[in-house]
Amino acid sequence: MATESAVSTLSVHDAEHDHHEELSFLRKYVFAEDHKTIAKQYLISGIIWAIIGISFSVIFRLQLGFPQLKLEFLRPLIGNWIDETGKLSPDFYLALVTMHGTIMVFFVLTAGLSGTFSNFLIPLQVGARDMASGFLNMLSYWFFFLASMLMFVSLFLETGPAAGGWVVYPPLSALPQAHMGSQMGMTLWLSSMALFIVSQLLGGINYITTVINLRTRGMSFSKLPLTIWAFFLTAILGLISFPVLLSAALLLIFDRSFGTSFFLSEIYVAGEALPNVGGSPILFQHLFWFLGHPEVYIVMLPALGITSEIIATNSRKPIFGYRAMIASMMGIAFLAFIVWAHHMFVTGMNPFLGSVFMFLTLIIAVPSAVKAFNYITTLWRGNIRFTPAMLFSIGLVSFFISGGVTGLILGNSALDIQLHDTYFVVAHFHLVMGASSAFGLLAGVYHWFPKMFGRMMNEKMGYVHFWMTFIGIYCIFFPMHYIGIAGFPRRYYAFTSNDFTKNIFQDMNSFISIMAVITFSAQFLFLYNFVYSLIKGKKATQNPWHSNTLEWTTPVVPGHGNWPGEIPAVYRWPYDYSKPGAKDDFIPQNVPYSATPESNLPHENELISLEKAIEAQNYNDQFKQPH
Amino acid sequence: MVYIVGLLSIVFLALAFMVFGRLTNVMKGVSTPEVGEEQYGTTSNKLNGAMFMVFLVLGVIAATWSFVHSTQYFLPEASSEHGRRTDTLFWVSMAIVTGSALLTNIFLFYFAFKYQYKNGRRATYYPENHKLELYWTVTPAVVMALMVFTGWQAWRDIMSEAPAGAQEVELIGKQFNWIARYPGIDNNKLGNYNYKLIDNNNDTGIDFSDENAFDDFTNTTELHIPVGKPVLIRIRARDVLHSVFIPHMRVKMDAVPGMPTRFWFKPEKTTEQMRNETGNQAFKYEIACTEVCGRGHFSMKMNLVVEDEDSWKKWCAEQKPLLTSYPEYASRIPSNLRAKAAKYLPAADSTATASAGGAATAGNASLR
Ligand code: HEM
Ligand SMILES: [Cu+2]
Ligand SMILES: [Cu+2]
Repeated sequence: MATESAVSTLSVHDAEHDHHEELSFLRKYVFAEDHKTIAKQYLISGIIWAIIGISFSVIFRLQLGFPQLKLEFLRPLIGNWIDETGKLSPDFYLALVTMHGTIMVFFVLTAGLSGTFSNFLIPLQVGARDMASGFLNMLSYWFFFLASMLMFVSLFLETGPAAGGWVVYPPLSALPQAHMGSQMGMTLWLSSMALFIVSQLLGGINYITTVINLRTRGMSFSKLPLTIWAFFLTAILGLISFPVLLSAALLLIFDRSFGTSFFLSEIYVAGEALPNVGGSPILFQHLFWFLGHPEVYIVMLPALGITSEIIATNSRKPIFGYRAMIASMMGIAFLAFIVWAHHMFVTGMNPFLGSVFMFLTLIIAVPSAVKAFNYITTLWRGNIRFTPAMLFSIGLVSFFISGGVTGLILGNSALDIQLHDTYFVVAHFHLVMGASSAFGLLAGVYHWFPKMFGRMMNEKMGYVHFWMTFIGIYCIFFPMHYIGIAGFPRRYYAFTSNDFTKNIFQDMNSFISIMAVITFSAQFLFLYNFVYSLIKGKKATQNPWHSNTLEWTTPVVPGHGNWPGEIPAVYRWPYDYSKPGAKDDFIPQNVPYSATPESNLPHENELISLEKAIEAQNYNDQFKQPH
Repeated sequence: MVYIVGLLSIVFLALAFMVFGRLTNVMKGVSTPEVGEEQYGTTSNKLNGAMFMVFLVLGVIAATWSFVHSTQYFLPEASSEHGRRTDTLFWVSMAIVTGSALLTNIFLFYFAFKYQYKNGRRATYYPENHKLELYWTVTPAVVMALMVFTGWQAWRDIMSEAPAGAQEVELIGKQFNWIARYPGIDNNKLGNYNYKLIDNNNDTGIDFSDENAFDDFTNTTELHIPVGKPVLIRIRARDVLHSVFIPHMRVKMDAVPGMPTRFWFKPEKTTEQMRNETGNQAFKYEIACTEVCGRGHFSMKMNLVVEDEDSWKKWCAEQKPLLTSYPEYASRIPSNLRAKAAKYLPAADSTATASAGGAATAGNASLR
């Protein structure tokens, strides 16, 4: 029976193969089902969103850094949000902050990062022709696209986009009469997020299925590159936590539009007492952060996975503690679900719960620390090539450490009383999450550009881009710790109302804003490099970084189905760099131990006997040829 | 400082251009060899390696300088008992984590620099070392355990029930100001409230069917509290989330509609004392809002006045109970309590408002 069906699928594939080239433009580039095309769609969308999201932050940084500045020149761009005196409207300030957070966290660092690299790398690195379901994968992108469109449209509403902070806490977000940003903008925000979550779930199911089911012969879990481990765990995190955000969003939609009271109770607003009683705004926060905290790791893990790969390749060394890396990622993924309430220490939550979450939160720091140590040890006695991707990876590790340690302060509920919702928190998460995972994204683009587009990016421009961005980001976020220690609350339009913030740190804020503008400008160097290299870049070779993973065994630009012939089998782990005795300083995963007797370790010689079995394996018939 | 900022920016830009210029020179000089074996021991690799060390050294200098420069703007010593405790914990923890961040960053940058590519050298094949991994899993775990434990003790004490005899006051957040309600001088008890009773005059929804409410008074500009004695702030919100933040007292607690919260602390310095200590005669304690609550979030504030108990009592005695200011609310008082309320009402009124109908008209009139 089994053989029969195998044979029949084979012939179907044969038949399909013939009329393969005739994909219409629409099917090939727009509603594409090829994982590589979808990855590029995510990448381009992510880059566009990043430009929008970061430019928002530049506008509100101008307000914070130069409160006296006349912003008339922005009028062509944002119209009447600049009032007659040339000042930014406080409503729009909040809208900018909210949209910046939403866009960066969800559209850039979740969709742009996971969407690009999970899609691009999972099939290529596990040795699969494509994702488990190309169709769902296509749907996933287009749901994201729809979500993007709704969010984009909301920017142009007369009452502005959502403006209650990226965490959209009710009752503010539930009461249109309380806040301009809680009117139509909030409706669109919620609809957009609902679609976005659908997109994430479709994508996540696909990543998980592909990793579990479509690994090539010999690619056991213990031979998976750390990138794949990271994407895999990220997808699981997303699959479990995003539905909770969806339910929070739906309940909020009900409260807004259908008169329910999930999050509303005893409210007197705009001169009238509302009938809602019995709801709890705190419930929303629990639901939100049940996603929110895993979300920070959804954003961070793929970046760490990418970094592992790049640091090992460019140090010409195996990643130190491969198993410890996997274990710590699993630990992080598990613990990520039971620390959410550290965002809520001072919401009036039961102090006993606060104690529990404080202990759990500090446990999660241990695996995070282990990862940082392992990266550093990987550099030790390496032979390091500073490609732009490597520079960004080292930068990532630095940010991850510098931003991560303040998590230990914030996770301590007694200390969080003073620091919660001050700039100290802003400094913490921008370094540990924002900057690190943006660096992961950039590192990934520099590293896999040759595989995506068959050309190399210009390295020198990459260096300048790195140094300007690296120094710039430290200059922006490091001083924010000081401002936070001085008690400056976040999401303040101006610091003029309180004596404890008036007239101090104005020069520091100006400095931060200047650095923000410079750092933002440096990104255009990257954009230029990206476009320029796309057209004029040096042609890439098949394996330009001398890397071990499977994607580099495909043609320079892999076609549909990735490998023209059979998919290579895998015999060894992905980190055999600089193995003593070996001819080259790298041995790709598809090289059998029998071919490298000179460098095999004793236990590896024993594995030679298994090679026949690996070759004979045939999980499913995707191996013989591209379909 | 402005100049320093300007200067720094210029230096930074100049450096960036210099590096860029140099790199393009390098680029022109040596036509980059084909991607292949030995291209990595080049000038740019060395430059990048060196840059990490330069960054490390300049970064440490900049961080130290900026820290020293910023300390003058940090909040003065905490004015509350628990605040001094958390401050100590904070700085000790900061020292620990800054030290470890610095150390790990030094290793990171130094290794990057030291082990940069050399033609012909081979990296050491060093995939694992269980002992090492065990050490650096256990060490941070132990250090963190200590940090958490001390933090937890502090947290437990801060969040414990307020001591008996704590002075209660109520703080209500609304868009965009705070309203303080005091329990009054006669019974020192806060009366009931109900959000449905809120109107323009009774902006905290005091329920006058509770006799404890008769002497309650409110204030929207200042919160007065006595020094040296535990103060329990009962916190609630009228419309959306707010958060009470008293930076000098290290106090923060959200104000949640439908779910009263509280925070108790022991202020130890009067406003007067702070004026003398800081040398700033205009010094004021302030209460800010730290949960985004709409357009006016950034300007939502109230002043806090800490004074010795006698002057605090005196100040309280000068305040007018809400019932006295708006006697029309007397209509809400159940008849069995009327006699008790009489002392807060203008003598003539107490009988005039006895008829419910008359009061209703009075109430309506005041709304118009
Ligand atoms: C060392 C482990 C970490 C600990 C103990 C920790 C602890 C905390 C705590 C307690 C807060 C809440 C602070 C407050 O609002 O008062 C916080 C905020 C935050 N953390 Fe971490 N963190 C850690 C690592 C990370 C990592 C790795 C990321 C991202 C990849 C991250 C992202 C964030 C974000 C985004 C917020 C702010 C959310 C908001 O209020 O808008 N943290 N962290
Ligand atoms: Cu968290
Ligand atoms: Cu507020």
